[in-house]
Order: sequence, then C-alpha cells, then structure tokens
Amino acid sequence: MSLIRAHDLVKTYQAEAIEVRALQGVSFDIAPGAFLAFVGPSGSGKTTLLNLIGCLDKPTSGGLAVAGADVLKLDRRQAAEFRGANIGFIFQSFNLLAVLTAFENVEYPLVMVQEVRPAERRDRVLKALQAVGMLEQKNQMPEQLSGGQKQRVAIARALVTQPKLVLADEPTANLDHDTAYMILRLMKKMRDNFGITFIFSTHDTRIIGEAEIIYSLEDGRLLQREEKGKANVQSNENRGAKLTAL
Amino acid sequence: MFNLTKIAVRNLRRYKRRSLLTVSLIAFGVVFVLVFVAVSSSFKDIMIRQITNSYLGDLQIHRRGYVASIETLPLNLNLSPQQAANAAKALKENPEVSAFSERIKFGAMFSNFTETTNIRINGVVPDHEFTTCPAMSTRISDGDKNASALAKGKILVPALLARGMGSKVGDTVVIVATNKDGSVNGKTFVISGILESATGPGGRDGYIHIDDAMEILRIAQREISEFAISLKNPERADRVAESLKAQLGDIVQDPKKVPFQVHTWAELSPFSNIAKMVDLMTIFVKVMLVAIVLISILNVMIMAVYERVREIGTIAAIGTLPGKILSLFLVEGLFLGVAGALVGLIAALAIIFGLNVWKFSFNFGQTTGLILAPSLDLNQITIACAMVIGVSILASLQPSMKASRMEPIEALRHV
Repeated sequence: MSLIRAHDLVKTYQAEAIEVRALQGVSFDIAPGAFLAFVGPSGSGKTTLLNLIGCLDKPTSGGLAVAGADVLKLDRRQAAEFRGANIGFIFQSFNLLAVLTAFENVEYPLVMVQEVRPAERRDRVLKALQAVGMLEQKNQMPEQLSGGQKQRVAIARALVTQPKLVLADEPTANLDHDTAYMILRLMKKMRDNFGITFIFSTHDTRIIGEAEIIYSLEDGRLLQREEKGKANVQSNENRGAKLTAL
Repeated sequence: MFNLTKIAVRNLRRYKRRSLLTVSLIAFGVVFVLVFVAVSSSFKDIMIRQITNSYLGDLQIHRRGYVASIETLPLNLNLSPQQAANAAKALKENPEVSAFSERIKFGAMFSNFTETTNIRINGVVPDHEFTTCPAMSTRISDGDKNASALAKGKILVPALLARGMGSKVGDTVVIVATNKDGSVNGKTFVISGILESATGPGGRDGYIHIDDAMEILRIAQREISEFAISLKNPERADRVAESLKAQLGDIVQDPKKVPFQVHTWAELSPFSNIAKMVDLMTIFVKVMLVAIVLISILNVMIMAVYERVREIGTIAAIGTLPGKILSLFLVEGLFLGVAGALVGLIAALAIIFGLNVWKFSFNFGQTTGLILAPSLDLNQITIACAMVIGVSILASLQPSMKASRMEPIEALRHV
C-alpha cells in the first residue's frame, strides 16, 4: 500500500500576467519507509511538489492522497491538524524558534500542536534529542548552535511527533559538504531506526547518492525514477513499535 | 497557557528596547491619567466641600418657585410656618440628614450712619447654621468665630461690604428692610465679625439671628426662605434629594401639589459647571490614554508580526492551529498592556504619595492655603487598568488575526 499516491498533478501559478506551470502532470507512488529524493535544477518543481505533499498548498488539478487521506478535501484547519499529526518538516534554513532552547524547540509541537502530557513530553523530547546526538546542547539557544547542530535539532523536532512522513526541502543547502553528509546519514539512520518515510529535495549532486529512490524533475515534469538497494528499510508494521521508543 | 506566556515573554525580551519603550509610553499615560484624576478629584472635592460646608449645604429646600426668583429674595415665597414645620419634621426623620439650618432671607439697607448700601441678610438659628455649615467659622476673618457671633443684636458682615463702608468689628450699624406688606422697619446691630466671601450665591451675604430677622420683618411665626441641609454622606446628595422629595410629597398627600422644591448643591452653585468641566477633562485625558495605548501597541504588534513572518510560517507548517497563533500574539500585546499598567500604577501611587507628603497648597478665589490631598480609590485604579488592558487586547487583535490567517507557504517564502 502506498503512503503517498499522486496522480497527474498539475500546479500553475499566476505571476502577474504570466501563467507559470510549476508541475505538469506528475504521477507517482511512494511506499512507507522510503528514503527518497526529488532532484532537479532550480525551478524544476521540487519545492512545489513537497508543498503539495505537505498539505501546505493544493494542486490546480490532479489527485493526491497522503497517509490514506485525500488532501485536496482538507480545509485550512483540517490541513493544519493533518500536518500536526502525520507530517514532520525540516527546512533549508532550519527555522528554529529563536526564543526557545533546543529542548523547547523540539518540545514545541508536542505542546502547541499535539498537547501531550508534560511527563510524556519530556521523555519524548529527551529521546529525540539523544537520537540526533544533541542531548548535551539541549539548553542552548539556536544562536549558540552551529548550522549542523541546528539542523539536528530540526530533525528531532520533526521526529518527536512520531509522524508517518518527514519532508525536508533542501535540508543541506546551508551546510558545508561534511555536515551535509552527516545530516543525510542521520536522516537515513532515523528512517532505519523508526521506519519513518523521509522525502527530501535537493539539487546538490554530491549528496543525491544518499537517497534510495530518486525522482528527477525538470520543468515540472518527472523525468525518471531511479531506485537503489533498500537495505535496512523498516517495514511499516514495525514502525509503530519503534516510534513508541521515541 | 504557561507555554503561550513563556513564548510571549521571551519574544518581548527579544526586542528589549522596543518593548521597554512601549511599556514606558503606556506607563506614562497611566501615570498622567491617574495623577490627573487624583489631583482633579481632590481639587473638586475641596471646592465642593468649601462651598457646601461654608454656606450652601449639600441640599436645600425652598418653596416652589423661590429659586427661580432668588435674586429678589421674595418674602411672599417663603414657606409658611406649617410648611416649614412639615419640612423640618421630614428632615428630622430622614436618617441620611446630619443637620439642617432654617434661614429667613431678605434684602435690606445697611447703614453705618454715614453711608448706606444694600445687603442680603440671612436670619439663622446660630447653632443650626454653624452645625450645618461647619466651615462658616473659617470664613470669619476678624471677630468672633463661634455661634455666639450671631447672638441677638449681632451681625456678621461680608468682607467686601465692610471694606467698602469702612466698617469693622464692634461698630454699630443699622439694618432697614421692607416686609412683605410694604412696611419699613429697622434695627441696630453690633458687627461681631467680618465674613470672607466665597464663590456662588450667598457667598457675600450677611448673617443675623433669626429672631432679629423676624423682628425686622415683623413676622410672628417663622416663615422660612430656605432649609440648608448637611448630609452624613455628601456623595449621596442626589439619592437623598429624591427620598426627601418623596417624603415631602407624602406629607401633603398629593405629589402634584407639592409646595416644596428640593435642590442639590450642584443645581444651585455655578461651581458645578466647573466640576463638570473637570469631569469632561478627565474623560478627555482618558481618551488620550486610550489613543497612546492603541497606537503604541498596534505599532509594536504590527512590527512583531512583520518581523516574524517566517516563524509564523514555520509554526503554521508544523501544525499550529490559527487560534493558537492568534493567542500567541494576543498574549504578547496583553503583557505589554499589563506591564505598562503596573509600572504606571506604581509610579502614579508614588507621585500621589509624594504630593500628599509635600502638601501642595493653592488659592481659589478669596480662599487661600487650600491643601491638595490627592487620592485614588480602587474603582478609579480598576477603570484605568482595565481600560489599558482592554485597549491592549483590542490593539493586538488586528495584527494577531493577520498572523493567524497567514498561509504557511507564503509565510515560509518571506525573506
């Protein structure tokens, strides 16, 4: 069964008098537990596609089901609830809240989105920080962290809600080469440990090889699908048990 | 709620200088309003007490139509002895009345044997008058300051008239008056004291014993021009006036033909217009406070939302509901208002305390050395603080709603 099923997705924007066709009939299926990359040059439609999968935007036409839900039918509030329950986000610029410590940033979605009880919350945050190797820096403010450390905290924040899917838009764009690799490997490790589907976009050819499934995009069209070996990918059935450990 | 509070406080601390400036501005407004309210209320109260305690009383009762013709002091509009007795009975029965003074008022000629001028005379029962108007003695600048100053054959002369006529305490003068039948009569008096004038009707009147007034006017029984009434709680003047009207109406059994009119001091004294102006200025100052709070908070919150568009996009993307985003910003605005109100309140109380310690004095008309005693009651404090907090929420509402309605995708693209 697919975690994400897209059928003939079209997305057009109106930029002043010009109609921009960001996606032109994209279709794909993504299975649970995938470690998948959308690659392509700037303007190829990667971010648009991630925004649609993340219920941040709606396609102009076509069909899209995420985690069994027809996301086109969700209104604004329902979409927010759906994201809070099912999707984790990792951003290019980390997007940590500047006034919260690393611990509080990871805790934020459990307090403000999922309203988890304090004792359970603390336990889950500490485990998430431990999983990304940021436990020692838990009381530091974002401004005291390096780029790589910020992105680790962002990964912990994305994972702590136990989502079915984590979306990362250019997660390594603001990182040096070594740190970028380290972050990719960490994401993969999280997928291996918890069975969460990771989908990221990148145009950095140096890290593309880390993805197990690669969709190449150009001018809003899916050019090719490339699949590598899927060693260590958890089955969906194991996912629940693993996530409880978070 | 704790987390909303924590995030709001940290965001305010994040922009320390701006938050401090806004809190200071609001605090300044609160100080201005509270000190103005305290000082103006004190000034108003002093002046009202000065007027009511020195000659007007908190309430007055006249025969219907008397006040309309009060400039001519018409003797034919005095209360009859029976009506006066009924009014006195009603006043004695009313538990809110602390004292009352019956007066016979008439116009007369005042002569010091070399010059003659006109004068308005009040014939009073001395003890009643000094009890009803306890500040009367403070107006006596020279001579006997007690009720004995109005023993039979003695007169308290208004200062302006005494100066003009060159009269002083101990001089003998003659009062000549025409009674309601047209007959003229006179009587000699010894000046027992000089009365400093006060603002308003009756402020320049002379006083004699009521029996002397009856003798001059050749009336056998007391026909009373007015009752001046002192209340236990002057703040309740309007309510007591209504209850007295009901009482006096009951006496004649026919409210439509009530011969009495009950007036509050505010209906009789021109100072009530000044008091109303002070109240109006207080409202104006409060409107200014509202404007200060509204503009400063609105400005800060618009900036806060504008500067944190990407943050709003992030929290919206990870699933924060619009209502929670709204609350985050509302709490921030609320805290600015609460902090401003608290700082302002503390500063205002300190200033008011200082004014009371310093004992700021001022002159009003002929009265000198009045000491301001500004104070605030809980009601005034509550109104000012509630106003600031309410306006803070109101001012934060528009920017907060804007934040909560942002599309996450647009907000995340914001540079």
